[in-house]
Amino acid sequence: MDAQKYLNEIKGRFPGTADAAPERIKDGVPALLCPAPFLFEIVKYLKAEGFNYLMDLCATDYRDSLEVIYHFCALETNVKLTVKVRLDREKPELASITPLYPGADWQEREAFDLLGINFPGHPDLKNLLLPCGWEGHPLRKDYSRKPDQYD
Amino acid sequence: MGILLDEAPYILENFPGGGIVITSADWFINWSRANSLWPLTFGLACCAFEMISANMSKYDLDRFGVFPRPTPRQADLIFVAGTLTKKMAPRLKKLYDQMGEPKYVISMGSCSNTGGPFYDSYAVVKGVDKVIPVDVYVAGCPPRPENLIEGIKKLQEKIKKDTIKNNGRAKIFK
Repeated sequence: MDAQKYLNEIKGRFPGTADAAPERIKDGVPALLCPAPFLFEIVKYLKAEGFNYLMDLCATDYRDSLEVIYHFCALETNVKLTVKVRLDREKPELASITPLYPGADWQEREAFDLLGINFPGHPDLKNLLLPCGWEGHPLRKDYSRKPDQYD
Repeated sequence: MGILLDEAPYILENFPGGGIVITSADWFINWSRANSLWPLTFGLACCAFEMISANMSKYDLDRFGVFPRPTPRQADLIFVAGTLTKKMAPRLKKLYDQMGEPKYVISMGSCSNTGGPFYDSYAVVKGVDKVIPVDVYVAGCPPRPENLIEGIKKLQEKIKKDTIKNNGRAKIFK
């Protein structure tokens, strides 16, 4: 069963999910654009279907919105699948998938740190890369740096 | 060397011929300090590899008496080799404070001199002299081991101009 069949299955099961824009798809890995409230359920379904490896979890700033991108892989069948979630810039919030994939722990902390995305359900959501007490999220496009004693 | 070097010069000055004793002592102490610089290796980025290479058999820093130490308490000198981030800066300050006097700093490479290619980054300190006082700046990105040896020779020149009367710190470096 290849990845497109999983996509069709998910699209039938969860209303509001759609294929990602073709120009955003890289290396022929099919991508799914899903609304934030369904993410946890979709990931749970994918894990039950054999996608046992979270290859990467990253986030980007598209100026008008933020996007969190999940790359899944089924190691037994070598099927790859991408899930993308668009988030509101003002109050980005997305359910944590760390309870399902413990490997997502530090990736989510990184996204929290550098882009300010909140992951409710994460066991230990705190700074990963930046020093304690850092203000602002440096990977946001509108981040402006405040000079400190080291500048 | 504690009390001896702190107090002795000021007592000796008052005796006839005391100056001769001080300058002779200066010569001997500076000679021994300059020829046994034990560095704390503070490798932060790619400059660290040039520093390692300078310590290895081809360039052999040991012939200048430079012998890397793993702890600040045994070190006279610190090589800051690489990009100092703002998160790392308090750690560098702490290690520098743990070194015994007299202590010297060689800033190695563009990043530790000025911030280098990461000057505009939000996370990088624009020169280690924002955190600790630097004696010798070694230019290069990264500097070759020859440059580092040149920096050490410069530092030795500086130490040899020193006098125990100002407690192991040359005031002016020309």
